[in-house]
Amino acid sequence: MQQLIGELMRTYDLAQSPLRELNEELHRQKDGSNEAQWEVLNPRGGHAIAVGVDAPINIDVRGSVGYYCAGMNKKATVTVHGSAGPGVAENMMSGKVVIKGDASQYAGATGHGGLLVIEGNASSRCGISMKGIDIVVKGNIGHMSAFMAQSGHLVVLGDAGDALGDSIYEAQLFVRGKVKSLGADCIEKEMRPEHHEALTKLLEGAGITDAKPSEFRRYGSARKLYNFNIDNADAY
Amino acid sequence: MSPKIPLTTPRSSAVFDDYTLSEIRRAAATGIYDIRGGGAKRRVPHFDDLLFLGASVSRYPLEGYREKCSTTVTLGTRFAKKPIELKIPITIAGMSFGALSANAKEALGRGASIAGTSTTTGDGGMTPEERGQSKTLVYQYLPSRYGMNPDDLRKADAIEIVVGQGAKPGGGGMLLGQKISDRVAEMRNLPKGIDQRSACRHPDWTGPDDLEIKILELREITGWEKPIYIKVGGTRPYYDVALAVKAGADVIVLDGMQGGTAATQEVFIEHVGLPTLACIRPAVQALQDLGMHRKVQLIVSGGIRNGADVAKALALGADAVSIGIAALAALGDNDPALEAEYEKLGTRAGCYDDWHEGRDPAGITTQDPELSKRLDPVRAGRRLANYLKVMTLEVQTIARAAGHNNIHNLEPEDLCALTIEAAAMARVPLAGTAWIPGVTGAGGF
Repeated sequence: MQQLIGELMRTYDLAQSPLRELNEELHRQKDGSNEAQWEVLNPRGGHAIAVGVDAPINIDVRGSVGYYCAGMNKKATVTVHGSAGPGVAENMMSGKVVIKGDASQYAGATGHGGLLVIEGNASSRCGISMKGIDIVVKGNIGHMSAFMAQSGHLVVLGDAGDALGDSIYEAQLFVRGKVKSLGADCIEKEMRPEHHEALTKLLEGAGITDAKPSEFRRYGSARKLYNFNIDNADAY
Repeated sequence: MSPKIPLTTPRSSAVFDDYTLSEIRRAAATGIYDIRGGGAKRRVPHFDDLLFLGASVSRYPLEGYREKCSTTVTLGTRFAKKPIELKIPITIAGMSFGALSANAKEALGRGASIAGTSTTTGDGGMTPEERGQSKTLVYQYLPSRYGMNPDDLRKADAIEIVVGQGAKPGGGGMLLGQKISDRVAEMRNLPKGIDQRSACRHPDWTGPDDLEIKILELREITGWEKPIYIKVGGTRPYYDVALAVKAGADVIVLDGMQGGTAATQEVFIEHVGLPTLACIRPAVQALQDLGMHRKVQLIVSGGIRNGADVAKALALGADAVSIGIAALAALGDNDPALEAEYEKLGTRAGCYDDWHEGRDPAGITTQDPELSKRLDPVRAGRRLANYLKVMTLEVQTIARAAGHNNIHNLEPEDLCALTIEAAAMARVPLAGTAWIPGVTGAGGF
């Protein structure tokens, strides 16, 4: 069921209409659409909600979602007013995804661009294999986060679990709290002025005003495992 | 003067043969395992161990050049709105831009398009050259997700979720620094010149239940139009195929240990995974037990070289086959005309497999601009098309001789085996007997 509320907001109730119709409608939206505001009701933990959107529209999902919400998002701003299951915003290209609650495993996995904000905690493997996405987590993140992270930024206001940044490439990690352990080839690095500047922008973008860049530590690649060397075999 | 004692002839060891000893010396000198491209080189039971029976009094044949023998195949009939129609059941396997030069990828697209079949991207994403020259292009969705983006996904004609491959089931990929050119680095979002590892598992799903949801996501993003393939290496084919069907696959690609890779450890290639011949019947059995044989199509790959191999794979229950190493040979890989250059690399034509080093004199497995220029994509594409046509004619020749007007009517009853091992794996009788080891007793016909 779709209702037109005023001229701007379209509401879609997943308790009454199938997921296919919702995604099909969202895929019809192009740049310059005047249907820029969307509201999705009763997601009830459903999977693949608002995936593959390619238009600068706002989508508010009223409730918790299952796997892969906002997967491969381009340009859209998707806000989940609840928690998100595994793989939220996976392979996001651009746009913004905000999770008001917690996020499960693999949040922002392989994301190429855009901003993912998780206002609660994120589970294990947050930012795994990230390729340019920026991720800001207000709470804590689980183990093996930023595994094989290639580029982009992961900002954590809380603590990080075991093996942060294992086998990391050129992504930059900023953690305000404690890091339980660092993964292979991940080391703490100096916070230089350009990092303060980048972090300030990321925090601003995520709407965070109660954290200062100076409270964070930076982590990144030691670049010792970039080319195979038998004497480093113990690290693998 | 003491009598001369006769000397025994120098005797080399069957266990410590020349290759084995050279590998021990190489390992001792370098401290690193051997990496190479290609598939298993050891002798394993294969299609050569099967024969077609042909027709006679009990069955009658079709006229070779007159009576029609259909070769078309449709892939993705289960859920996809737009299944793929191919003129021939021989497809080109996934090989990456990065592992191969842009010219080689273009040539594969050209050859496949002329012959009426599909080609497949690889780790590293889709290049415009490849999309432009490939009438039907399958887009691989890999654990690394290098170059993965929804625009290319939508441009594809089918999506192949790669779980594993026959050369290294359970292993990830490797592209060594020598082959990371500016363009490859940019497509993969990594610094130039570093070793690129491709993960062995997908980053955002584990197991068949997750895979079902991943397939839902891919279908939703692409409007349920495109066939979804699942590619697995030959490990536990009965269960892997059953689970892929359960997860919602339209097509299953099953790759045996002779299937090639761009680069991995020699020990992995030669010692992990099943021969292609051993994979097919368990896979078909799984489809039959689920009532899905011919509804979910099965593509078999790993060591397919000629029309006889294709016909044998189809007779055992496959819907199509896929070629990689053979396609590269058709383009010009390992050509004896380049013998002098192979010798400079310490190898011989036919043996060259250090594809990861990027020094391929044929200009195929390289990113070196000068070497790449040696491959003319138009002429190489024509050679591939010719080869595909020959294989197709060979399959038709065999099918007609067995009395079939459609190559997909080939069946296990058309075959016998030359060895007990092949008979057991292919579940066809040992030649001249009614004995299928593990299935029937030794008596009677």
